[in-house]
Amino acid sequence: MMDTLGIFFRSIFIDNMVFAYFLGMCSFLAVSKNVKTSFGLGIAVTFVLIVTVPVNYLLDRYVLSEGALAWISPAFADVSLDFLSFILFIAIIAAIVQILEMIIEKFSPALYNSLGIFLPLIAVNCAILGASLFMQGKDFTSVGQSLAYGFGSGIGWLLAIVGMAAIREKIRYSKIPKRLQGTGIAFIITGLMGIAFMAFLGISF
Amino acid sequence: MSNNLKLITAPLRKANPITVLILGICSALAVTAKLKPAIVMALSVTVVTALSNLVISLLRKGIPAKIRIIVQLIVVATLVILVDQFLKAFVYDVSKQLSVFVGLIITNCIVMGRLEAFAMSHKPWESLLDGIGNGLGYGSILVIVAFFRELLGSGTLFGFRVIPQGLYDFGYVNNGLMILPPMALIIIGIIIWLQKPEEEK
Repeated sequence: MMDTLGIFFRSIFIDNMVFAYFLGMCSFLAVSKNVKTSFGLGIAVTFVLIVTVPVNYLLDRYVLSEGALAWISPAFADVSLDFLSFILFIAIIAAIVQILEMIIEKFSPALYNSLGIFLPLIAVNCAILGASLFMQGKDFTSVGQSLAYGFGSGIGWLLAIVGMAAIREKIRYSKIPKRLQGTGIAFIITGLMGIAFMAFLGISF
Repeated sequence: MSNNLKLITAPLRKANPITVLILGICSALAVTAKLKPAIVMALSVTVVTALSNLVISLLRKGIPAKIRIIVQLIVVATLVILVDQFLKAFVYDVSKQLSVFVGLIITNCIVMGRLEAFAMSHKPWESLLDGIGNGLGYGSILVIVAFFRELLGSGTLFGFRVIPQGLYDFGYVNNGLMILPPMALIIIGIIIWLQKPEEEK
């Protein structure tokens, strides 16, 4: 239990997707112009991460990693399908995003309208695939831990993009050197936020 | 001919995918703490962009518009697997350093962006050149960032000591902050700052 909680907080603050690994930067910079839409995107990303990380965990554990196929027949004990993980992970992610889109459209048109164009774009968000690939290297022992990891990464990403959007809303009224306006300053702000987040490094769980 | 040449040179400066179009920052900055992995990453991305552009351009008339994203993802993922296996076979230590970031080329916005914006509507040869150009434009930024981060952060280039020992005796200290992730973003911010006036002309 403690372990799972530790994984959750670690993935929010220390291994933050944006600040520690630069994942999901494209949409992070493109969408973080106002707080409301970036909150919507953050929720959508968290949602997709909660579903895809555990599913990919099961896929990795029972199909892809070395000896994983032993449950079918002992003859497969030394088969490793590791090299297929990229293509299968991305296929699973694309499929799940598609299914989620249909489910949300059917059951909650209001949520669907607010997430709108973001949902299909999430399939190619690096943070989603990144979380699955990192999960592969982390040797989680249960589905619960991978769920905590997916959830935490999503929340971390949400925190980052909402914080960024809030700063960018304020910065509209400040005097920035002309050449630095727009993307230039956005990069530097992200860097400074990253340095601030490094303060969490000392925390250990 | 000059038109084809432009396909390669434009992405290097005027339409640079990173500093001007802001695409594909996602995965690759984490590999810029040292020059060697940055160069390997730049080459891998160039190969993937060029070949996927070529393949999609060849297939472009046969892909139904509705499922084109999936088709593109599958093509890109296959190429990335090939690159990954190649790196594991020939430069194992670098491939260990790059870890998951090779896999993340799949979702690199440059690859998908060029497929959508260029390869779906152009002939194979032009698409190949466009892919090479964008890969190089992207790689050039990676190499510049990695150059400064390794020089100032570790005092080395390609692992060889560049800053003379005398300077250290004099009290010079490596800037440890340079190796940490946030500095990559700040360096890119500065590159954008310096590059801006060029496009205004």
